[in-house]
Amino acid sequence: MAKHAWKEKAIRLLLRVSASTSILIVILIFVFLGKEATPFVVEPGIDELCSTRWMPVSFQKESFGIVPLVTGSLLVTGLATLISVPFGVCAAVYIAEVAAPWEREILKPVIELLAGIPSVVIGFFGLLVLAPLVKLLFGLPSGLTALTGALLLALMAVPTVISISEDAIRSVPESYKSASLALGASKLQTVWKVTVPAALSGIIAAVMLGMGRVIGETMAVMMVTGNAAIITASPLESVRTMTATIAAEMGEVPFGSDHYRALFCVGITLLLATFTINMVAQGVLKKHRIG
Amino acid sequence: MMSRRIVEKAVYWLMRGTTYCLVLVIAYIVIDIVYHGFPAISWTFLTGMPRRSGAEGGIFPAIVGTLCLVLGTIAVALPLGIASAIYLSEYARAGRFTRMVRSAIVTLAGVPSIVFGLFGLGLFVLFLNFGASILSGSLTLACMILPTIIVASEEALQTVPKSLREGSLALGATKWETIYKNVLPYAIPGILTGSILGIGRAAGETAPILLTVAAFYLPRLPHSIFDQVMALPYHLYVLATQHPEVDKVRPMQYGTALVLLVIVLGVNLIAIILRNRFRKRCRW
Repeated sequence: MAKHAWKEKAIRLLLRVSASTSILIVILIFVFLGKEATPFVVEPGIDELCSTRWMPVSFQKESFGIVPLVTGSLLVTGLATLISVPFGVCAAVYIAEVAAPWEREILKPVIELLAGIPSVVIGFFGLLVLAPLVKLLFGLPSGLTALTGALLLALMAVPTVISISEDAIRSVPESYKSASLALGASKLQTVWKVTVPAALSGIIAAVMLGMGRVIGETMAVMMVTGNAAIITASPLESVRTMTATIAAEMGEVPFGSDHYRALFCVGITLLLATFTINMVAQGVLKKHRIG
Repeated sequence: MMSRRIVEKAVYWLMRGTTYCLVLVIAYIVIDIVYHGFPAISWTFLTGMPRRSGAEGGIFPAIVGTLCLVLGTIAVALPLGIASAIYLSEYARAGRFTRMVRSAIVTLAGVPSIVFGLFGLGLFVLFLNFGASILSGSLTLACMILPTIIVASEEALQTVPKSLREGSLALGATKWETIYKNVLPYAIPGILTGSILGIGRAAGETAPILLTVAAFYLPRLPHSIFDQVMALPYHLYVLATQHPEVDKVRPMQYGTALVLLVIVLGVNLIAIILRNRFRKRCRW
């Protein structure tokens, strides 16, 4: 019997240690990104990072201002969110409230299929099909623009937005809808004036989680946005996002150089941005569940 | 009254249209890749070595590389993920430790894949000195898909009814015997489904392996877990954007995209079929 007790304890401990690896990984991510980035913050200093020119390779003076990269990421993310929200929410409402059961059985796996397509394949498709289309439509010299990236990213955010919004819409109590219908509202009025507002916080969280995915997306965006590190608000210009900068340049930098450390600073900025977005989204979701 | 009806109809059709518009786009992507990729597929393409920096020959090393990475990822992430899920579902009491684990999982799920790449580069490649290798890449990917596996496994464990556990405990079995013999067998299909979805993601990811393992052009097979390998997603990226004759290697690009798509979607399809079967068989 004593042997049993000992074995049970050992297994429990082992499982507990396994569970704690998640915590360990999160800590290690912060520690190792911080470790590689801090020398840059000390020298050349944080002012360098806040400058507006990203020119890591130069004959005169290198410049590591991450502002153009941040604005690039914001522009692409903002546009992608604007595009994905109407599609995502409409589709979620349709699937949750309107579609026949057999239709739902088909639509849901298809949307999941989209979530499963690797981002590099989506980027490849964007490069060959979408970019020429954008070029033709707007009469541009090149189809590699912020808009092209945003369209692809919107496509990649849509599955997240749909599945979480749909959950939120389905969790609206049946009694709300029955009450609305009993008062003489039509089905459509009930959907848009009762169900959707009741699920709104869940839908907002869904949109935010979609944004979190978009801002961290690397391959597709690197392949189709043209990667020019300029500050612009025009969707038809080429931009360079934080993620694309890290992916494109990390392969060529000497370890330990200023450029290398600057890229880690970009990584931390990115990590903090997604971390904040996700935390707020989770907070909203939690409130939604309680309320 | 009539006009309101018409408006309703119109709005329904608008919503339906938006939804099917998405379906159409998805179908277009898949069909485009299959249509252009299929002619490129041949026995030599699948089993041959690449020549002239990928412009000719096959993609065999990239396929092998991706398989190695996936197997390595499974070997690390699956036991760790399932053990974490068992702890969270069966042992954990509400408290600080459990809360911390849960928020760590949520945080991990939101970390961008390129940041995992930086982390893998800093920890596995440089600090632990594994170099750019299958080992570094697998460990990085394992960290990335760990939350997916934990969440799916925990959900699967939760669906096993309490009565099964109580019955076993009442007969004098210990807690672990109960879990091992009476809970896990029923949860395994669910656990596998969720894990397969995570594995599909690992197979298709490019950003983390870009910094930790993937070789630009390496026409030979790996010998040990400390070797660099080519990988399908990175190979596609290289062919599509870095290759000097980018237009001439179009068939190679489409062929690689198709093979990658078939592997990833095939894996996902298996998961979906498994899930549907499991759902039908197990009605508590």
